[in-house]
Amino acid sequence: MACSEVTDGRVIYLDNAATSWPKPGEVCTGMVGFQTGIGANPGRSGHRLSVEAGRVLYQARERVATLFNVDDPLRVIFTLNATDALNIAMRGLLRPGDHVITSSLEHNSVMRPLRRLEKKGVGVTVVPHGGEGLLDPGDIRNAITGETKMIVVNHASNVTGTLAPLAEIGTVAREHGLLLLVDAAQTGGSFPIDIIADSIDLLAFTGHKSMMGPQGTGGLAIGNGVDLDTFVPLKTGGTGSRSESEEHPDFLPDKYESGTPNTIGIAGLGEGVRFVLEEGVEKIRAHEMSLAAKLVEGLGTTPGVTLYGPGDIDRRVATVSFNIDGIMPSEVGYMLDEHYGIMCRVGLHCAPAAHRAIGTFPEGTVRLSIGYFNTADDIEQAIEAVNDIAKEA
Amino acid sequence: MISRRKHKKEPETDLCVILFHSTSEAIRAESVTKKSGLQVKLRPIPRHLSSDCGICLTFVPSDRAKVEEALRARNVDYDRIDRLE
Repeated sequence: MACSEVTDGRVIYLDNAATSWPKPGEVCTGMVGFQTGIGANPGRSGHRLSVEAGRVLYQARERVATLFNVDDPLRVIFTLNATDALNIAMRGLLRPGDHVITSSLEHNSVMRPLRRLEKKGVGVTVVPHGGEGLLDPGDIRNAITGETKMIVVNHASNVTGTLAPLAEIGTVAREHGLLLLVDAAQTGGSFPIDIIADSIDLLAFTGHKSMMGPQGTGGLAIGNGVDLDTFVPLKTGGTGSRSESEEHPDFLPDKYESGTPNTIGIAGLGEGVRFVLEEGVEKIRAHEMSLAAKLVEGLGTTPGVTLYGPGDIDRRVATVSFNIDGIMPSEVGYMLDEHYGIMCRVGLHCAPAAHRAIGTFPEGTVRLSIGYFNTADDIEQAIEAVNDIAKEA
Repeated sequence: MISRRKHKKEPETDLCVILFHSTSEAIRAESVTKKSGLQVKLRPIPRHLSSDCGICLTFVPSDRAKVEEALRARNVDYDRIDRLE
């Protein structure tokens, strides 16, 4: 079913929040099929291979649009990753004098562009959250000023796995006429997202996590309520369209996609999203969360282990951060890899603000993140390994 | 999958051609019209219609109303429809 050729002993991969692995077999065959059977530059020529390459891109757009309920597939812009998409959205829409509200659980992909915009005169308010990483929509409402233009939040934290109360935040955004930009890096493909029902104006997603595509893919879904006239592209250049003009085109997707795209990657992403749609997001979530519940229970009852994030399984994704008393996260990660063949991520996970908020800065946490191809056996072995390490600590 | 025909000029028929702002629009229009069961074909834009290096969508003139309706129903934008004779 999945394509992997790791022969170096048995590896238990629990780093799916960094990138999912393995990928569905179709992702690999789709990429090889594109390179061997099509290979041309989409939108640059009129010959059949170029048109076929264009169809590969379009099919991927259509599937992403289906996944997130985007009305028009051409409102799905492909980017390098979620960071790229977040930069396009924030730097393209926020101007000096504008105010933006975000949360203390954000990844650097949101925080760094905002801090840079802050130096250029954009007001930034970082709303704190409760103990388990839960965000109070009332705090967002209270932070709104006359200049507020946008709310930026992640759908789920890559540190604590906490889900944001998107529906309530969406209501606040609608009531005040604010743009809602959601970083769905940790949820796209493994949690239902409907940009219309959830009142999302801009959805930044990554292709290489739960959407099962290869690295180097991601995108931005742009809702119908976003005024494109005031949404400036970060890059301009060749698009294959309007070649006679030296002015950059103002229509989608070309306005925000310059240069030859990562067509081979998007061919893989298209197959990844097809896999997700065929399996069903609900089924994927149910499988991941049944394993997460097992992991949370197992680690939660291990003496010397501190768990972070919500105890309520319905308020989180399948990413679980913890620490073992008296032993550094980096050392735990080394032992998990070296002695148990368990791949995890340790440290700050590119989200220092989130670690300050949960009191784990600067050492960070050990993070085990579950994917669709993990099994109950993987989780049992992980719990056993953490138990062993905690006993020796 | 790809046929390798020798240069054989297809018989010139009376066709309608839709010009688009971008290849993405043209491919979306192809997808939308084909899903409506219409016979359409993407081809390079004839030089005399536009200096753009893109592609256009052709169909028989008797399908014009159905093609326009299919595109309107899905809000597919296009530049214009011409006659290719």
